Amino acid sequence: MARTLFDKIWDAHVVDRMEDGTCVLYIDRHLVHEVTSPQAFEGLRTAGRKVRRVENTIAVVDHNVPTDADRLKGINEPESKLQIETLEHNVAEFGVPYFPISDARQGIVHVIGPEQGISLPGMTIVCGDSHTSTHGALGALAFGIGTSEVEHVLATQTLLQKPAKNMLVRVDGTLPQGCTGKDIVLAVIGKIGTAGGTGHVIEFAGEAIRALDMAGRLTVCNMSIEAGARAGLIAPDEVTFAYIKGRPLAPQGADFDKAVAYWKTLPSDEGAVYDKVVVLDAAQITPQVTWGTNPEAVMPITGTVPNPADEPDEAKRAQMARMLSYMALEPGQKLAGTKVDVVFIGSCTNSRIEDLRAAAHVARGRHVADGVRALVVPGSGLVKKQAEDEGIAQILIEAGFEWREAGCSMCLGMNPDKLTPGQRCASTSNRNFEGRQGPGGRTHLLSPAMAAAAAVTGVLTDVRELV
Amino acid sequence: MDKFTRLTAIAAPLNVANVDTDKIIPARFLKTIKRTGLGKSLFADMRYNEDGTEKPDFVLNQEKYRKAEILVAGDNFGCGSSREHAPWALLDFGIRCVIAPSFADIFFNNSFKNGILPIVLPPEQVAKLMDDAALGTNARLTVDLACQMVVRPNGEEIPFDVDPFRKYCLLNGLDDIGLTLAHESAIATYEAKIPAWQPKLR
Ligand code: SF4
Repeated sequence: MARTLFDKIWDAHVVDRMEDGTCVLYIDRHLVHEVTSPQAFEGLRTAGRKVRRVENTIAVVDHNVPTDADRLKGINEPESKLQIETLEHNVAEFGVPYFPISDARQGIVHVIGPEQGISLPGMTIVCGDSHTSTHGALGALAFGIGTSEVEHVLATQTLLQKPAKNMLVRVDGTLPQGCTGKDIVLAVIGKIGTAGGTGHVIEFAGEAIRALDMAGRLTVCNMSIEAGARAGLIAPDEVTFAYIKGRPLAPQGADFDKAVAYWKTLPSDEGAVYDKVVVLDAAQITPQVTWGTNPEAVMPITGTVPNPADEPDEAKRAQMARMLSYMALEPGQKLAGTKVDVVFIGSCTNSRIEDLRAAAHVARGRHVADGVRALVVPGSGLVKKQAEDEGIAQILIEAGFEWREAGCSMCLGMNPDKLTPGQRCASTSNRNFEGRQGPGGRTHLLSPAMAAAAAVTGVLTDVRELV
Repeated sequence: MDKFTRLTAIAAPLNVANVDTDKIIPARFLKTIKRTGLGKSLFADMRYNEDGTEKPDFVLNQEKYRKAEILVAGDNFGCGSSREHAPWALLDFGIRCVIAPSFADIFFNNSFKNGILPIVLPPEQVAKLMDDAALGTNARLTVDLACQMVVRPNGEEIPFDVDPFRKYCLLNGLDDIGLTLAHESAIATYEAKIPAWQPKLR
């Protein structure tokens, strides 16, 4: 029978199947960070269990770490410090490989996995973090788990799971100038909604997806969770293999060739059946910006803020009104021209070298507008170094952007980089929930180029007018 | 994990769709290294003013719902992050069961692992229970997991579906890890077949 990419990876990892269809699923890579692991290690300790396969496990600190240049001198915030120290204690006790903040390889867990060659096609990859879906861009089945499951994987290297349903999102045609993977995925979420993928694994396919570089693909899969999906997937191809080749923890030499031979068997078979299919035309996509407090409240930058009065459904109307009041936007107002206070370029969605290049391309020869604070936070220490070597950092610094150390930073209000109440932020991250970037903060999600455009003009701007 | 068998309790109505995990427990409260103590921060931004005083309108701040053990909620409850702090916060407050027309996957999964029963019912049924919940202490709901039945205060029984394996674990308070370790030999056999080209991280 013709199988999908998801079916193939799933079948290859079933260790045992129970009567009711629940599977014991083997996990190839377990990424661990400081926020969702302390209670899991504690559970192991209490039960007298070990980490079953330290060689499948890797740990890093990202959510809590400050991103200022002085951070190696010590972390001030006592609770953050405790979480980081707890992880360091746990990795030492259980023998788990670890990248501390003093290591150039430290960064956001979903940036370093692909960057180091830890995440490979055909693998099952989990992490106690919903954006684990990111790694699906390499053709791996990657999904977020809760802390009980983190403990379960540490102890058994498996999870108890039932297969998800298959969904295909096909993006045909060619993406217009000025649009990116971020605009594709925001447009997809706008179309299918934040629950559109619930219970499914989304495979992204089609000409426009094939044409994306690995960074663009990682961005697309990163936000499949915002479409409600369990995971996102893109079939591995020559772009994938070229990206992986030579990465420190990827197979090398003859092993690499063996791996590629296997990876080439993974793409969905001709005639494979999907439970749901959605088709988009890339040519119709324009730069996207969110206007509300969930990612499906998104529209083209050329759009105007919708009017709740036009919404027939009462619950939706109330929700829309609440979103507009939280975001301080008026129905009918043009999105372009809305003043921003802060610009954040970073997060596991958009902090790779390609993202920073795109931002620098817009910022070159311009300056951050008066009264705007603009942060650039590379996804890893290595991205930071590369950007410095390429001269991108210099362009951004000269344009008035803050150039910071790697971490989750302002993507979520857990470290010192936060919005203050009422501040409006153009952000390349993935969530615009109320208070996500700090209590009372207002988030507009957009691409790195669009964020840079907002930074230099001080307002939400159609980047196509600048490049 | 505590068993879940049968529960008769006050239900709190939270008729809001897309209650995300940042609403259930904002990120700033995730800095704990424990599973307990999060109940006071449950729904923090909906529940408290900036100065820390309670917002009297919020359902769980109303006297009649302070001891609620069931939550009746809107569509897509628990969307957002994978934080298990969301079910921990609900549990620490005392909520053992959430009833909604739909849930986000990870939250749904995490609930079972912490002894919370999430129940999916059609919107019409949820609407009825929402009305019941609005009656506060005068109207308790009964949730019977063995019979897979929600019983309304007027005696009407509403059947619900639950995955048989999850039901079994919840009824018996079973820890998944112990169950999985019974498959040890299958896991070892699988590991012996992992191709040699697959790199080790250590
Ligand atoms: S960058 Fe943001 S979304 Fe990504 S792992 Fe960090 S906090 Fe989560």
